[in-house]
Amino acid sequence: MIKRLVLTGVAALAMASAVAAAADTPASLMAHYAQAAGVPVSALSATRGAAFYRTEHAGRNAQAVSCASCHTANPKQAGQTRVGKRIEPLAPAANPQRFTDAAKVEKWFRRNCQDVLLRECSAQEKGDFIAWLAQVK
Amino acid sequence: MSNYLLRGIGVLAAVGAITVLAFSLPAGGEARGDDGDDVMPRLTHKAWQQECASCHIAYAPSFLPKASWRKIMGGLDQHFGENASLDPATQADILKFLEANAADAGGSRMGRRVMQGIDTQNPPLRITETRWYVHKHDEVPRSAWSRKSVGSASNCAACHRQAEQGVFDEDTVRIPK
Repeated sequence: MIKRLVLTGVAALAMASAVAAAADTPASLMAHYAQAAGVPVSALSATRGAAFYRTEHAGRNAQAVSCASCHTANPKQAGQTRVGKRIEPLAPAANPQRFTDAAKVEKWFRRNCQDVLLRECSAQEKGDFIAWLAQVK
Repeated sequence: MSNYLLRGIGVLAAVGAITVLAFSLPAGGEARGDDGDDVMPRLTHKAWQQECASCHIAYAPSFLPKASWRKIMGGLDQHFGENASLDPATQADILKFLEANAADAGGSRMGRRVMQGIDTQNPPLRITETRWYVHKHDEVPRSAWSRKSVGSASNCAACHRQAEQGVFDEDTVRIPK
């Protein structure tokens, strides 16, 4: 009985967090990353975000890589994975699904920052990145 | 009293029937049937499709043995040169599905063909390394693989136009220019 109650509770929590995840927006994620970086949202910079997106780094094979390598120079365009699969555009102006699920956003920052920068990205970098993409028209 | 007894027997019988039914169905549900080695059984598994297919097509579990899938899923942070790490729950969920439908899980003709050339002591990490794959593609000219429109041998859908639907028979193959 107790086990069942606990399970029901866990299920309810999971549902609640799923609902919460679906309710994320670029603005709420910017607020989240600004807070994590210890700065006001106004301190996030779209200019820095754009530069971050385009800056090339020596990737894992010492081959120059940037966000734009896969996402293309124009974030309103579709990109391509290394094996040739389409990547939907990153800019919310072209793809409203972007930055609406905090867990998904974190998953891809974790993976792609390791691949491109060979380290995790800082909260400030993530905030700048979204600040730029959110205002692309 | 006897009424309760009868009802009890009825419930037990129903539960038994459902259990037998559930175990006789392949994991994931099969819609098309494994009637050849060119058409994959139609499998559905949410996390497998969502996660694996975000970078490449969701490769059929019957392309590799269980041991290969364990190695692949255990090293997702270095997945063929890319970080494809997952949260532990999703990772375990997908591995369970892959193992249940792997080449050596039994029940698929396709899997049996793949297993014929597998060195079980040294399970392959790449589908393209299996003897089965190499044999199947021995008529493809070498120059075709390096075309920009193909990209890499991992890009099944470049030539197998219905690969995402699990259809690999020769009629659906068109090698791009």
